[in-house]
Amino acid sequence: MRHIISLLMENEAGALSRVAGLFSARGYNIESLNVAPTEDPTLSRMTLVTIGSDEVIEQIKKQLNKLIEVVKIIDLTEGDHIERELMLVKVKAIGDGRDEIKRLTDIFRGSIIDVTDKSYTIELTGTSSKLDAFLQSIGQGIILETIRTGASGLGRGDRMLKL
Amino acid sequence: MTEELTGAEITIRCLQEEGVEYIFGYPGGAVLFIYDELFKQDKVKHILVRHEQAALHAADGYARSSHKVGVALVTSGPGVTNAVTGIATAYMDSIPLVIISGQVPTAAIGQDAFQEVDTVGITRPCVKHNFLVKDITELATTIKKAFFIASSGRPGPVLVDIPKDVTQQKAHFSYPDSIRMRSYNPVINGNTKQIKKAAELILSAKRPMFYSGGGVILDNAAGVLTELVELLDYPCTNTLMGLGGFPATDKHFVGMLGMHGTYEANMSMQYCDVLIAVGARFDDRVIGNPKHFYSEDRKIIHIDIDPSSISKRVKVDIPIVGGVSQVLKELIKLIKASKEKTDAIALKEWWKQINLWRERDCLKYDRSSRVIKPQMVIEKLYAITKGDAFITSDVGQHQMWAAQFYPFDKPRRWINSGGLGTMGFGLPSAMGVQFANPSSTVACITGEASIQMCIQELSTCKQYQLPLKIINLNNRYMGMVRQWQEFFHGNRYSESYMDALPDFVKLAESYGHVGMKIEKPSDIEGALKDALKLKKRLVFLDFITDQTENVFPMVPGGKGLSEMILV
Ligand SMILES: Cc1cc2nc3c(=O)[nH]c(=O)nc-3n(C[C@H](O)[C@H](O)[C@H](O)COP(=O)(O)OP(=O)(O)OC[C@H]3O[C@@H](n4cnc5c(N)ncnc54)[C@H](O)[C@@H]3O)c2cc1C
Ligand SMILES: Cc1ncc(C[n+]2csc(CCOP(=O)(O)OP(=O)(O)O)c2C)c(N)n1
Ligand SMILES: [Mg+2]
Repeated sequence: MRHIISLLMENEAGALSRVAGLFSARGYNIESLNVAPTEDPTLSRMTLVTIGSDEVIEQIKKQLNKLIEVVKIIDLTEGDHIERELMLVKVKAIGDGRDEIKRLTDIFRGSIIDVTDKSYTIELTGTSSKLDAFLQSIGQGIILETIRTGASGLGRGDRMLKL
Repeated sequence: MTEELTGAEITIRCLQEEGVEYIFGYPGGAVLFIYDELFKQDKVKHILVRHEQAALHAADGYARSSHKVGVALVTSGPGVTNAVTGIATAYMDSIPLVIISGQVPTAAIGQDAFQEVDTVGITRPCVKHNFLVKDITELATTIKKAFFIASSGRPGPVLVDIPKDVTQQKAHFSYPDSIRMRSYNPVINGNTKQIKKAAELILSAKRPMFYSGGGVILDNAAGVLTELVELLDYPCTNTLMGLGGFPATDKHFVGMLGMHGTYEANMSMQYCDVLIAVGARFDDRVIGNPKHFYSEDRKIIHIDIDPSSISKRVKVDIPIVGGVSQVLKELIKLIKASKEKTDAIALKEWWKQINLWRERDCLKYDRSSRVIKPQMVIEKLYAITKGDAFITSDVGQHQMWAAQFYPFDKPRRWINSGGLGTMGFGLPSAMGVQFANPSSTVACITGEASIQMCIQELSTCKQYQLPLKIINLNNRYMGMVRQWQEFFHGNRYSESYMDALPDFVKLAESYGHVGMKIEKPSDIEGALKDALKLKKRLVFLDFITDQTENVFPMVPGGKGLSEMILV
């Protein structure tokens, strides 16, 4: 199953490579990973998306907790949570296609943030599967470039990852 | 205001504050300022090895035999890469070490400078944690953290990489008494409810079994474990790393289990109905094929300080995260206070079964052989040292025979590389053991292949007058490799013959030691006695042993515990 794991860790050089190293050394999957400092600059928060059986996910969480720089972790997918990913996608936009792309972008509540005579750049946020769906709708043929941040998330309501 | 010291001075002061007696190391450019400070004091004694791998193994042997943190000092680049095998060895067996390594000056990092390697990167997968100290004001707290992390929770090696310019800069020195880290809080006390559930299950068992490992040794819990096992009158087995954690001459002991474990230990492990795993990690050399292990129904209680050891390879019913000592003490209290008693009738049946398995006499060998049987050398060593020596070993058949034929009654007497299986460990680790236990007999049981991997340390032994007894079980083969080739590769002994061996007697003599060559079974005892009488000398005993002897029992790879090959 797909899991979104959030971690708070010491904002120190090398912490990221410990997490990345752990995943490659133990043969775990990483779908996506992002990290940035939090409101407390001594801490960074990482979001990891991984896929594995219950046993593997259990080990992943234990191994992450074991890293000295990891302060706390939460498996967002274990309870109510909000998931968001940001995507920028540049598409070929010429002739009639321009309207069609605009309409699709509106349906998905995205916005066009850069325009040239041949292309649009669209910004879209949502769950990862919503972004997948958008890419599918718009069709491989006209996509020039995409960049995605990977999923981030927070627990709903009182579910929090805090010290 | 506190005094201003250089980074090198601070490093040594930290070691002094930690009460470090010995530091095992080898100098080089990046650590010259640290060596200069070592020179100016005499509290921390530096032991000069002949190869950095040996510095690590010596610090490791020191730690294993003394329950203190072992400390090593190496230079940047090749100093570190040479040390990696030793670091990984300690990591796999959870041994507390602090390694200080020199690094090129901060400004040169990343420039492919002379003797630069990415030490933090290279060692990351085989340390519990590591640090690169770029700021002199963080040096003392970093070293404090290193000792704290290495010795708490599940122990392990921690490396502190110090760039050369940091050892020259100055800062105020004060050493913290204690340290708290918000990101690191190992759990010591087991969950009370879980312990209660465990006590109930233990008392309800019909075919119980204690399976204990290195965690018992690491936590100094041998006494508590013994008390609990005797209180219950249950059988107990040890892993290779757990030997000495329960007295091997006690009637409840069924021997080591696993690939080369005894018939009775492996059968009891397979057919027990309640298994109490104590500081052991269900290694693949211990349970054999997991599917086969699952084919019998049993409930498992697992006590371990590292949650990631639990349900990693085998799913358990009652996990207890905590220190062995603390949890076992709680269990003893609960069991003593409980109205429930053990099932005496079922237990009697179970012991009857175990004693039948014991009668199989799985460790028998030809005692009337005309060539020296390696097992006999170890049995005689046991008799002559009255079972009270510290024994280190290398890796191979000799290691297994040592584990099988030298029953350890006390913890920290059996020093070997179990997890990584590092040939070359035996001699340097014995040096560390001897430093920690200067008046004890320390013997290194080795093979002619393994001993050559760190043979240069005979020179260190001479310099420091270490009276080790080296028992070389010389079968002219990488015996363990040859055994696998005999069993699983159609007797094709590909590259496992040890040709062009040195004359070990002359070799020992050229290093200034005593050498003996023993070729007849009738000479074993005399030679050992003579060697042990030479209390101040290192004696290298080269026993010419049976070339074709194999280690039995053996659970072949992929097979289950009850599918042993027996003699
Ligand atoms: C040639 C060769 C053959 C081998 N054959 C065998 C064999 O036949 N049988 C065998 O048993 N092994 C054998 N081994 C060794 C094997 O590879 C493993 O090293 C060994 O089985 C592991 O022992 P252990 O489970 O006790 O774990 P260790 O590696 O000693 O781990 C200790 C466990 O205790 C935990 N722990 C640490 N401190 C504490 C504490 N304070 N409180 C609670 N828990 C703690 C740790 O988290 C860890 O899970 C062989 C090795 C070699 C090289
Ligand atoms: C550094 C290293 N290289 C290779 C091995 C693989 N290996 C395991 S046992 C062994 C042979 C050991 O031979 P010897 O020391 O003579 O011991 P014996 O088995 O003959 O008693 C080898 C090569 C190892 N464990 N360590
Ligand atoms: Mg050999």
